Amino acid sequence: MTQNAAPALEAFVARAAGHGAALAETGLPTRRVEAWRYTPLRSIADTAWQKPAPLTAETTTALLDRLVLPETGARVVYGNGQFMDALSALPEVVRQASENVSPLKGLFSATLNTALGERGLDVRVPAGTDAGLLTLVSLSDGQDVSTHLQHRIVLEDGASLTLYDISTGEGRYIANPRFDIVVGKGATLRHVKVQRESLTGTHLAIVSADVAEKGEYDSFTLNQGSGLARHEAVVTLGAPHAMAHVNGVQIVDGQRLNDLTSMIHHAAPDGSSRQTVKTVLSDAGQGVFQGKILVDRVAQKTDGYQMNQALLLSEKAQINSKPELEIYADDVKCSHGATVGALDDEQLFYLRSRGIAEADARDMLVRAFLIDALDLVSDEGLRDLLLRSMTS
Amino acid sequence: MPAVTETRETVEKLAKSSYEWGFETDIEMDIAPKGLNEETVRLISERKGEPQWMLDWRLKAFRAWLEMEEPTWAHIHHPPIDYQDAHYFAQPKKKPGPKSLDEVDPELLKTYAKLGIPLHEQALLAGVEGAEERLPVAVDAVFDSVSVATTFRKTLAEAGVIFCPISDAIREHPELVQKYLGTVVPVADNFFAALNSAVFTDGSFVYIPEGVRCPMELSTYFRINARNTGQFERTLIIAEDRATVSYLEGCTAPQRDENQLHAAVVELVAMEDASIKYSTVQNWYPGDDEGRGGIYNFVTKRGICRGARSKISWTQVETGSAITWKYPSCVLAGEGSVGEFYSVAVTNNHQQADTGTKMIHLAPNTRSTIIAKTISAGHSDSTYRGLVRMQPKARNARNFTQCDSLLIGDQCGAHTVPYIESRNMTARVEHEATTSKISEDQLFYCRSRGLSEEDAVGLIVNGFCREVLKELPMEFAVEAQKLLQISLEGSVG
Repeated sequence: MTQNAAPALEAFVARAAGHGAALAETGLPTRRVEAWRYTPLRSIADTAWQKPAPLTAETTTALLDRLVLPETGARVVYGNGQFMDALSALPEVVRQASENVSPLKGLFSATLNTALGERGLDVRVPAGTDAGLLTLVSLSDGQDVSTHLQHRIVLEDGASLTLYDISTGEGRYIANPRFDIVVGKGATLRHVKVQRESLTGTHLAIVSADVAEKGEYDSFTLNQGSGLARHEAVVTLGAPHAMAHVNGVQIVDGQRLNDLTSMIHHAAPDGSSRQTVKTVLSDAGQGVFQGKILVDRVAQKTDGYQMNQALLLSEKAQINSKPELEIYADDVKCSHGATVGALDDEQLFYLRSRGIAEADARDMLVRAFLIDALDLVSDEGLRDLLLRSMTS
Repeated sequence: MPAVTETRETVEKLAKSSYEWGFETDIEMDIAPKGLNEETVRLISERKGEPQWMLDWRLKAFRAWLEMEEPTWAHIHHPPIDYQDAHYFAQPKKKPGPKSLDEVDPELLKTYAKLGIPLHEQALLAGVEGAEERLPVAVDAVFDSVSVATTFRKTLAEAGVIFCPISDAIREHPELVQKYLGTVVPVADNFFAALNSAVFTDGSFVYIPEGVRCPMELSTYFRINARNTGQFERTLIIAEDRATVSYLEGCTAPQRDENQLHAAVVELVAMEDASIKYSTVQNWYPGDDEGRGGIYNFVTKRGICRGARSKISWTQVETGSAITWKYPSCVLAGEGSVGEFYSVAVTNNHQQADTGTKMIHLAPNTRSTIIAKTISAGHSDSTYRGLVRMQPKARNARNFTQCDSLLIGDQCGAHTVPYIESRNMTARVEHEATTSKISEDQLFYCRSRGLSEEDAVGLIVNGFCREVLKELPMEFAVEAQKLLQISLEGSVG
């Protein structure tokens, strides 16, 4: 069921130089592959994607100027898959991680990244240390090029870090970043991501986070760019009392398709997970949400909650949603909810009857819809940045 | 906790107790040799005295089936099925009509008795001459692939209702069968539907003419009786404009060692303002406590609301079968039409169920409701899998879905896999799902009022399923509650 003859695949395998066996075997997934039924990769299949040239100083400045970046904290910039020394500085407490992390089997974005991986961020936050805010900027520019950054982030016991992960670009490219994250005992990683790739760009991100006892992986993803984007997170709560938040907002317009796919794996007792994902669709935008909560037999007393809601603002917009529970433990509390609909006419009428213009009333209601998810970002500064990004 | 120990003991005791409806009737059978090829299809068609168009239809399905692959997406596991290792045709040998019940094959009567069919009804079913009298329920007993007899044809005929084995319908009402057969579930719809289309041996045909409210509930008892005969039932129900019908399907099967394949197809067609209510209580042999034996149940059920304001309602209580693969669906093509799905699925021991529904909203103002209750116990796995699709023309369409799962014991699994697809901004979809175990508080409350744990669990589970059970017709509601209790007794206490 794969497009093995696709020029894209041939090019990828050639570039992988001997590391592409798994990729060649699985091929590009078609819509008949369950995980990709709503997100067709046809648009990338016919291009022989190449390694990009280094980013020029001029382009770098132009791309950076577009972004809303925090004024405090450390910053690291990658341009076309390469570390940009002059623009980057790591927080002082951070060391190199260089630790092998679990391979993600059978996930296309991960397989592709493994075959072509380029060295990305490699940090370790020592035990009991708060590394503060780290901004990771990924810039892309080029025609028919692809980058496959591999980031490793290890938080030792009791450590904490806030990662602001933002990407943008110009041209026709694939950004295929991967994050291998280890959250130690009682450690907290806040991962706030903003995806603002170019309209002709493709973004295939994969995050793997392993959370230890009482550790917390707290993430929020804003999908607001890219012709085709999938953010995929695989979070494993491997020890008691571990916690995960996999929240997000998708704002999809034009002809774009944005996809948020997640798997929260409760592999130990007393874990909890929370997920709120909101999608707003206009024009002929397509939104995809696939969220799975898997509870192992040993993971008793799991508390899992998931809510995904979509707002359709135009006749041609489309949402495909697949919330999924797979549960093997009996003493658990797991639930999910999903709603799809348009703006409420009565609410609109209420606002208009108070003299608010229709366009303003609509904006207000859309913002109210999104705010539930946005409010889950605990860092106030980043919340403001997100709000600015969403309205720009 | 003592209650848990007690529960386990009860579970073990009950798991060992034999399947109450596990019996096998030894009647002379006319059996086709094992295997499936074009010859088998021709043989079936010939034995049933079918016209050429029917044979052509079967062959088309068979050829399509050869090209298809068995689906693997469901959350079920079983050894590969050898489609050549089964008989595809078995027919009880015909005898001239007996004069009284005394002349009827005693084995057949025993089967009826165990099924709980009243004596006068037994006489009707056995074809005893002059046994006809009015009864509230019409039974078309499918006794291994061939309807042995059909009751109340006359009463129904007066109302203009046709209720007969589908093989009779093919001969007597070819124009109706040709017009509707395969229009809801096309021959190559899926692997199991194609298989059914090629080799179905019997089933029921119901036609309710314009403006007629069917004077009685229609009912079929399905029985799987001969060793190694897969059952491939085909049911077709048509309700013309303003017609109303309620159809009951109930199943029990004899205990046996080998897994038996069952691939039924049910098609419903509802025209303008028509209403079809289809209720199922499925209690086929689920296998022993080690999971050996048991029926493999791969069913395709689909209804189309063709006319405006038509309504199709599926209600099912699934307690049996080793494997259940079943998604009764509604295609809402008529403006303002309504689809409903109420389901209770209980799995115990090593049973596996992957069941749910599809609501395809094609027209404006269509509405659908899905209430699915899943109860898993023992080592079983139960999955709700459902699709709600709002097509671009489904203006102001609405869906409400509620899926609740109850886990009893820590060796079972309960899964929920809903698919929600909306292409119309004015359509509204709401979905909610929960998974939990029986609340200690509720249990304690019941126990403190003097109920045994077994009764308390029974009460709570019945409450959990009430929304679905109340949708069943009276005749079935009682049986369903009994079944629920029996299926669960084995696991909770």
